[in-house]
Amino acid sequence: MQPLVKLFVNRYPETISERNEKAFYMDTATDLDRTNAVVTVSDDLAPVQEMVRACIQCGTCTASCPNEFAMDHTPRQLWRMVLMGQKEEIFQSKTFALCSACYYCTLRCPRGLPLTEAMDALKQIAAREEISKYKDSVQFYKNFLKSIRRHGRVNEMEFMTLYFAALKNPLAPLRFASLGLRLMLKGKVSLLPPFTRKRPLESIFRKVEELEERL
Amino acid sequence: MMKYQYYPGCSLEGTALEYNLSTQALMDSMGVELIEIEDWTCCGASAAESINHLLSLVLPARNLAIAEKQEDIRDILVPCSACYLNLKKAQEKTQKEPELRDRLNNILSQDQLELKGSVHVRHLLDVMAVDLGPDTIRPRVKRTFQDFRIAPYYGCQCLRPYPVFDDPEAPRSMEPLIEATGARLHPWSMGTKCCGASHMNTHMEVGIELVAAILRGAQGADAILTVCPMCQMNLEAYQRKICRTRNEDLHMTVLYLPQFIGLALGLSEKDLRLDLNLSITDRFRKKLDMS
Repeated sequence: MQPLVKLFVNRYPETISERNEKAFYMDTATDLDRTNAVVTVSDDLAPVQEMVRACIQCGTCTASCPNEFAMDHTPRQLWRMVLMGQKEEIFQSKTFALCSACYYCTLRCPRGLPLTEAMDALKQIAAREEISKYKDSVQFYKNFLKSIRRHGRVNEMEFMTLYFAALKNPLAPLRFASLGLRLMLKGKVSLLPPFTRKRPLESIFRKVEELEERL
Repeated sequence: MMKYQYYPGCSLEGTALEYNLSTQALMDSMGVELIEIEDWTCCGASAAESINHLLSLVLPARNLAIAEKQEDIRDILVPCSACYLNLKKAQEKTQKEPELRDRLNNILSQDQLELKGSVHVRHLLDVMAVDLGPDTIRPRVKRTFQDFRIAPYYGCQCLRPYPVFDDPEAPRSMEPLIEATGARLHPWSMGTKCCGASHMNTHMEVGIELVAAILRGAQGADAILTVCPMCQMNLEAYQRKICRTRNEDLHMTVLYLPQFIGLALGLSEKDLRLDLNLSITDRFRKKLDMS
């Protein structure tokens, strides 16, 4: 059996990492700040702060997160940054964009906080503010919504085409070309839009836009 | 006769067509009637929640409101885990927060729809494990799979955040269904690990990492069974890329649960549309032909 201390170190390598120090002393300029353009975000963080107000910084979210290995700040650090109102750092970081909504943190949070929803709330701010760093993810979701607004159901081929066009990167579609072809050969995706009928979701989209002033 | 309202969702009309057809074929063979919700629309997938919270609730609410018109059938069967969670979330939240329900109804009233909160959203696995169960399946088994070792993969959103029909940390609901076919279980701990969801489109390197770990955990099994079109696509579609870049043989057959159970019940590969799956290995095919 592994000694407990070793287990702890293996399981939570980030607790002793430099990255950790950085997040805790975020008020001093970090490499991250120097190398990236400053992000200005006018949206209010208050609703997200409300969601994580009771966070006790236990790190259960970080230990449960399948994407933590690819994040620059751990989820636990992100919640601290949210509570400290460090908008720039939050939206410089790719942590919230890497949440894949597996709901492990939400399930396990000892304070019962809606952490996945808090991640979504940050994604929504990034989308509203059109922060260039998240352009790709935002384009992916926005073009998905464009497709369902048009047809009521998603047309996978149309929406991937819209997405690639929005990326303005001629190489982007290549990663999906062979899969797209395989799916087409199996008759699973079609080049034709699915419906000719009216736009069944148009009135809902319009009303939400009106209520929220924007989407 | 058991009856359910049926919400297939967008993927099941496209990339997950075989999930749709095998679910219908299996239910039909077990005497379960599925009535598709009229004019159903997209549940918002993971896109709406990433852009606007209100939109992410009103899109599923529209479908619930339509389903409520069919007053004699209260349960909506949903095979896609992402659709299931979105519909379930709208159901749960509007039950707990009457103000939210009023807000959504204000939007829905434009289409003369109203959500009252009388329908129950049920995942296909919930219906198969709880309503049908292994005792219904066992006597109908025509083809036994003694030589098969099967890895049940649950993914995330049918289990979390709402623990409805199974333990969200250590689920077992697929096990008695698999054992009812005579197959053995592949012991593994990857059944509840995330497949990366839409990361495959927006952060492919991260998605690939998660899928590779799941495929590695499944080695030794004959097939992985899934209950979600997104999990299925992620696990089956990138195997060549993963094997090539990692220089490792991680090829693995990935089937939808109703396809495997359907095979055991004697339904044909044609009815279950095994021709549409992307990663059935030659080894699996040979074994299947011999069983």
